[in-house]
Amino acid sequence: MTKEKLNELQQTALKVREHIIRMSGNGGCFIGASLSCTDLIVYLYKEFLNVSPKNFKDPNRDYFFLSKGHDVPALYGTYVELGWLEEDRLKNHLQTNDFIYWHPNRNIPGIEFHSGSLGHNLSVACGVALDCKLRKQNNKVVVVVGDGELNEGSMWEALLVASAYKLDNLMIIVDRNHFQANLMTEDLIPLDPLDKKFEAFGCCPITVDGHNFEMLEETISKFPFEENKISVIIAETVRGKGLPSIEKRADRWFVNFKEDEIQQLIKELHGEQSAYLTSETIIAR
Amino acid sequence: MTYSELVLELINKDDRYMIMTSENRAAFRNLPPLIKNNFIDTGITEQTLIGMAAGFALRGRIPIVHALATFLTMRAFEFIRTDVGIGNLPVKIVGAVPGFLSDGNGPTHQAIEDVSIMRGIPHVNVFCPADEDDMMKGLPKVFSDPTPFYIRYNTTTPLTEHSNFEIGKAETFGNGKDVAILVYGFLFGEAFKAKSILEAKGISVRLINIRTPKPVDEQTLLKAADECNLVVTIEDHFITGGLYTILAEVLLRNRKTANVLPFALMNKWFKPALLNDVLEYEGFTAEQIAVKIMSALGK
Repeated sequence: MTKEKLNELQQTALKVREHIIRMSGNGGCFIGASLSCTDLIVYLYKEFLNVSPKNFKDPNRDYFFLSKGHDVPALYGTYVELGWLEEDRLKNHLQTNDFIYWHPNRNIPGIEFHSGSLGHNLSVACGVALDCKLRKQNNKVVVVVGDGELNEGSMWEALLVASAYKLDNLMIIVDRNHFQANLMTEDLIPLDPLDKKFEAFGCCPITVDGHNFEMLEETISKFPFEENKISVIIAETVRGKGLPSIEKRADRWFVNFKEDEIQQLIKELHGEQSAYLTSETIIAR
Repeated sequence: MTYSELVLELINKDDRYMIMTSENRAAFRNLPPLIKNNFIDTGITEQTLIGMAAGFALRGRIPIVHALATFLTMRAFEFIRTDVGIGNLPVKIVGAVPGFLSDGNGPTHQAIEDVSIMRGIPHVNVFCPADEDDMMKGLPKVFSDPTPFYIRYNTTTPLTEHSNFEIGKAETFGNGKDVAILVYGFLFGEAFKAKSILEAKGISVRLINIRTPKPVDEQTLLKAADECNLVVTIEDHFITGGLYTILAEVLLRNRKTANVLPFALMNKWFKPALLNDVLEYEGFTAEQIAVKIMSALGK
């Protein structure tokens, strides 16, 4: 990866994180998970997926599904940076005059399918991937899932089926931020050794730093990792990445910040000062 | 024409149709080798079946999914509601052995709340054919309709030939004024025989085969309530949320009431046994229905 490319991706991710922070007031959003998957989503859309407003209806386009729908601010922030969504529309977050709320809606250009209920979009993506294969098309189908989401039995059920149908046009990226809603995954329903679990289900897993664009490129460019197998990336990420005052904190999952806190957090994002947060902790599900 | 033949014909004409199943192949045992590229068996995975069907529908396909009615509508309920319902996708959900047709299986296999929960989902329509002839007349329209549909699969041997099918239109036999019998699905046969028994005793009967509990034929229901002394609802379904409730909703919406005699499962699962014995035990044979109607009419 060239220095210019790396710099461009990092700058885009920084802007996406600014959008996420701005969406964390006036009703709030799921900021922790949005910040952990930002780099993944930015990389996929800018470097990997063949999808844009020009081919939204083309059956040969690549498909992206955000199965852990609560981190949709990262997706909408990316769409703004790609020029697919007007920045002003983000101000409609949680307004009745638009479709921008805590989970993805198909009325927003780029959203292939709604999500929000965990454990759904993997099976939807399996249907899309299998149809692409039956029609002998070479689309890539990518699903970002949460590690907490892997508690859902439907995820493993879908993996069994995906594996049976040898969906090697399917890539699953686990946003492994080590948190589920209220607790660390290993303190509630332990997932490790996660790679072994995926292997046992017939997938080919690779673990990578989910915030390192060069490593992401090196890994993702190997897709499909193995013929006839589902490619799985376990992306090691940090909940709240980019904001040290909320990073890795169980109590900053869903937040509703005040305007001055948002301004402080944007400065913190740029390394200018630490934020002093007084908003009460909100645990929502 | 059998179900299997109908499906084969549809696929040969229109490649959009996909036959999907979670290892329930009773309806089309010989079909898979003939429709290789339009057939998917996901194994015993009702949730994944529905999610994948939604994915196929996103790609422009018309998935027809199969499993036992209980597991399909209840194990996968939230997938139907969330993926098919919210998505308003043309997925056709075919439930096998619904209602009394699960006969000896026991309560785990009794889909007797399926109509209630499926019709409660926005966009999702419901077709309950009376028998094989009714099902074959209805399915081409139900499958080609752009809405999601739940179908109570029923290959019972017909006692009569059915008229042409239209979504949202009930089928009426006779124009009696003493009693209107409203029924959907498998129990149409018992109701049809009950009509003859009652008519032999001088009672004038109109028999209404509901066909699609959703969208329901409101005008036919209102006319029956207006013109007949007694309205009877018959269903192999819990009393809650099925035909009795649908009639109540229609009447209330139109500020009307009626003398209504419901035949339904009153907050209980039915006794597992061979089908005819189930009917007898639970009081749903034509004779038992006729006796109760006579009594309600004071005769």
